[in-house]
Amino acid sequence: MTNSEKLLQQLIEKQNAGELKAKDRYAIPCQDMPAQNGGQRRGNMKEVALGYTKIQARLEAMRCLQCKNAPCVEGCPVRIRIRDFVVAIAEGKDEEALAIVKENSLLPAVCGRVSPQEVQCQERCTVGKKFKDPEKSVSIGRLERYVADLAKSDSDIPKVASPTGKKVAIIGSGPGGIVVAADIRRAGHEVTVFEAFHKPGGVLVYGIPEFRLPKSIVQEEIDVLKKMGVEIVCNFIVGRTRTVKELMEEDGYDAVYIGVGAGLPKFMNIEGEHLVGVYSANEYLTRANLMKAYEFGRGADTPIAVSKNVAVLGGGNVAMDSARMAVRLGAENVYLVYRRSEKEMPARIEEVHHAKEEGVQFCTLQNPKRILGNEQGNVTGMECLRYELGELDDSGRRRPVAIDGSEFVMDVDTVIVAIGNGANPLIEQTTPDLEFNKWGNIVVDENCKTSVDAVYAGGDIVLGSATVILAMGQGRMAAAAMNRYLAE
Amino acid sequence: MPFKILSNQKLSENVFQMDVEAPLVARSRKAGQFVIISVDEDTGERIPLTISGVNPEKGSIRLIYQRVGKATAQMAQLGEGDALGYIVGPLGKPTHIEKFGTVVCVGGGIGAAPLLPIAMALKEAGNTIISILGARNQELLILEDDFRAVSDELIVLTDDGSYGRKGLVTEPLKEVCSRDPKPDFAIAIGPAIMMKFCCETTKEFSVPTQVSLNTIMVDGTGMCGGCRVEIGGETKFVCVDGPEFDGHKVNFDLMMKRMGAYKVLEQKAFDNFNNHKCKIGLNQ
Ligand SMILES: Cc1cc2nc3c(=O)[nH]c(=O)nc-3n(C[C@H](O)[C@H](O)[C@H](O)COP(=O)(O)OP(=O)(O)OC[C@H]3O[C@@H](n4cnc5c(N)ncnc54)[C@H](O)[C@@H]3O)c2cc1C
Ligand SMILES: Cc1cc2nc3c(=O)[nH]c(=O)nc-3n(C[C@H](O)[C@H](O)[C@H](O)COP(=O)(O)OP(=O)(O)OC[C@H]3O[C@@H](n4cnc5c(N)ncnc54)[C@H](O)[C@@H]3O)c2cc1C
Ligand code: SF4
Ligand code: FES
Repeated sequence: MTNSEKLLQQLIEKQNAGELKAKDRYAIPCQDMPAQNGGQRRGNMKEVALGYTKIQARLEAMRCLQCKNAPCVEGCPVRIRIRDFVVAIAEGKDEEALAIVKENSLLPAVCGRVSPQEVQCQERCTVGKKFKDPEKSVSIGRLERYVADLAKSDSDIPKVASPTGKKVAIIGSGPGGIVVAADIRRAGHEVTVFEAFHKPGGVLVYGIPEFRLPKSIVQEEIDVLKKMGVEIVCNFIVGRTRTVKELMEEDGYDAVYIGVGAGLPKFMNIEGEHLVGVYSANEYLTRANLMKAYEFGRGADTPIAVSKNVAVLGGGNVAMDSARMAVRLGAENVYLVYRRSEKEMPARIEEVHHAKEEGVQFCTLQNPKRILGNEQGNVTGMECLRYELGELDDSGRRRPVAIDGSEFVMDVDTVIVAIGNGANPLIEQTTPDLEFNKWGNIVVDENCKTSVDAVYAGGDIVLGSATVILAMGQGRMAAAAMNRYLAE
Repeated sequence: MPFKILSNQKLSENVFQMDVEAPLVARSRKAGQFVIISVDEDTGERIPLTISGVNPEKGSIRLIYQRVGKATAQMAQLGEGDALGYIVGPLGKPTHIEKFGTVVCVGGGIGAAPLLPIAMALKEAGNTIISILGARNQELLILEDDFRAVSDELIVLTDDGSYGRKGLVTEPLKEVCSRDPKPDFAIAIGPAIMMKFCCETTKEFSVPTQVSLNTIMVDGTGMCGGCRVEIGGETKFVCVDGPEFDGHKVNFDLMMKRMGAYKVLEQKAFDNFNNHKCKIGLNQ
């Protein structure tokens, strides 16, 4: 019997006797999630984090104090009954735990893997507060992933009410679109999802890499939709193939949900940004993920730069994904260039750890001034400036200030710009009455309804670049409102 | 959706014309727009091709393409009854069609294909059309009859003099621009280098000139920025802001460099494909 098994058995005995005290719970070591080792995974696309074993999950769940007020739930954007599902795991009732999670989250296997729990539920967790270290909070995200992965894909196709004769169009198949499709189909309406790309899933397929979120997980969610009778039409660009107005007035859709994501890469607007070897993260990741450029010449036909030294600009999840992808595509040196300090990085902590383990070199408090190139237009280097932190800015973070005369040249042949996305203007240009704000995001009310009757919107196109869970949350809200509207 | 191929004919040594079912695209498409296609749904490269024509009854579109690399070589091997992996579109802004007066349409090589629907639309809008078609040699010249039908005047040239006048399209373009009255508008579509020199020519005569850019693309929806070009010092995305731009503002040198980004890799893929082809000997 391993030590963990022994420990678990002792704890279960105490638990059954009603004698498991807070002191005992604090003494349980934080359970690390097993992962492929850093060296090995540099060379493959397989998922890095391997998920808890049953023993680990139960031990981790026993760390939960079962707080009366459950502050963790307050931190959850979709108000999952966190305490209750964690307690269920501690008691060995995994199925019950899954059922509780599913009440509020439709894509737990996805959210468990990619949600920034350390600034949501885990930030509020009493255990983390006690240790004065949010990394010591109960690992709610890993537990969510654990129960989600237990579910057999076929086991629960949600029931669909009898046909209502109403038709709904959903534009975009990202997490928001998926949730809306499921919730509206359940009410018996006919649902068609229109997707511009040749594969559904949105950022979950073209952006977030396989090593962090296996495509098969997203595919299972799509398959569930299909089994529910949702029609998914790929290669269909609303605004080009058909407009929103045409869908409603000519094609007979009674309501529309717009979940087209952000999808307009920002550049730095510095000299040299058009050189060959400068990519937006969207392009780099799309080539690598969706188009499988890592198999170029071995079955896949989309090329990507063969790089030796890569600079990635940014400090969010998108930057981490790009850097870690560059490692896997064979780059010798990958530099993550960020103008603030590591503490301010918006990426998930786990991704930062993983990137470091894989050898990504963090160059914080640095920022490019211009990108240098040769005659052929290829990148040969990047001139950077060093920064220091000054006063607090509007976002509550200390403002980075350039240090005069600190220029230096970084030897790179590829630069990936991962500084965020703006709103894609296609829907705005082709949908005259729809109201947008000055950043190009769609304006909605508290029910996610837009300025046009029967047209709802959510996710990144409304919030700006946000998160999977927020897109899902808005999808839920919109679907409920749309079902009410259609029932009238 | 099936994207069934109705026909795939050889127009010249390396140029082919494919009619393929894409009813939704056929319905919404306007002159100047393009599609992105892939031969294989899962692993194929996404390549942009202009819609050269439509058949509304059959719900099909016409693509005219030059065999330059792996994807176009794979297309060339397909026949009636086969299907493309997917087609998405129509993409890009439609050409702005109005009555300018006299318009010079310059097509270089495969550029004649995207030019044809624009020339037709301009003709329909009441313009006088002077067309200049150029190709490296007679073999590569395409659509001469179609252009004859739509043009009030047609000048044909080849680089080697194997057919029509000998020379480059910029020579007759200069002559036409020197006429009195000079043309009111020019459109040039072809290899980047040709468009660059056409624009330099028309600039001298202050004839406003539109070009259609053929940068490398991925999504075609403005999401990746791979197709970015510099127009009058500003960054624009060819797939959503174009493909047509004011030729006098385009930074062609930069664009040409970007188009060479994957030359070595592409050549390797094409060579592998050709070698593979020989070995199994199925497609001789
Ligand atoms: C690389 C990367 C990493 C990320 N990592 C994380 C993370 O770790 N955790 C996290 O919570 N969030 C992460 N995010 C953010 C998260 O993915 C998004 O907030 C979320 O996907 C937004 O969902 P959405 O429903 O708005 O649609 P999206 O996922 O953006 O999908 C929109 C879909 O609509 C399609 N579309 C666009 N225009 C049209 C049109 N006109 N017609 C038809 N279809 C159209 C697009 O092709 C796309 O498939 C990451 C984002 C990226 C890019
Ligand atoms: C808006 C637009 C309209 C176009 N219309 C036509 C058309 O009507 N007929 C036609 O023959 N060609 C057209 N092209 C060019 C066509 O897309 C490329 O020739 C094609 O992608 C080559 O693919 P390949 O795999 O056969 O060759 P590759 O081996 O990939 O490349 C060979 C050559 O084609 C260029 N190229 C490669 N990939 C692309 C790409 N994604 N986009 C553009 N160029 C690329 C490269 O610079 C290279 O020189 C158009 C391009 C654009 C952007
Ligand atoms: S805050 Fe932490 S300890 Fe308290 S109920 Fe939630 S997960 Fe358990
Ligand atoms: S092709 Fe991706 S933005 Fe134009």
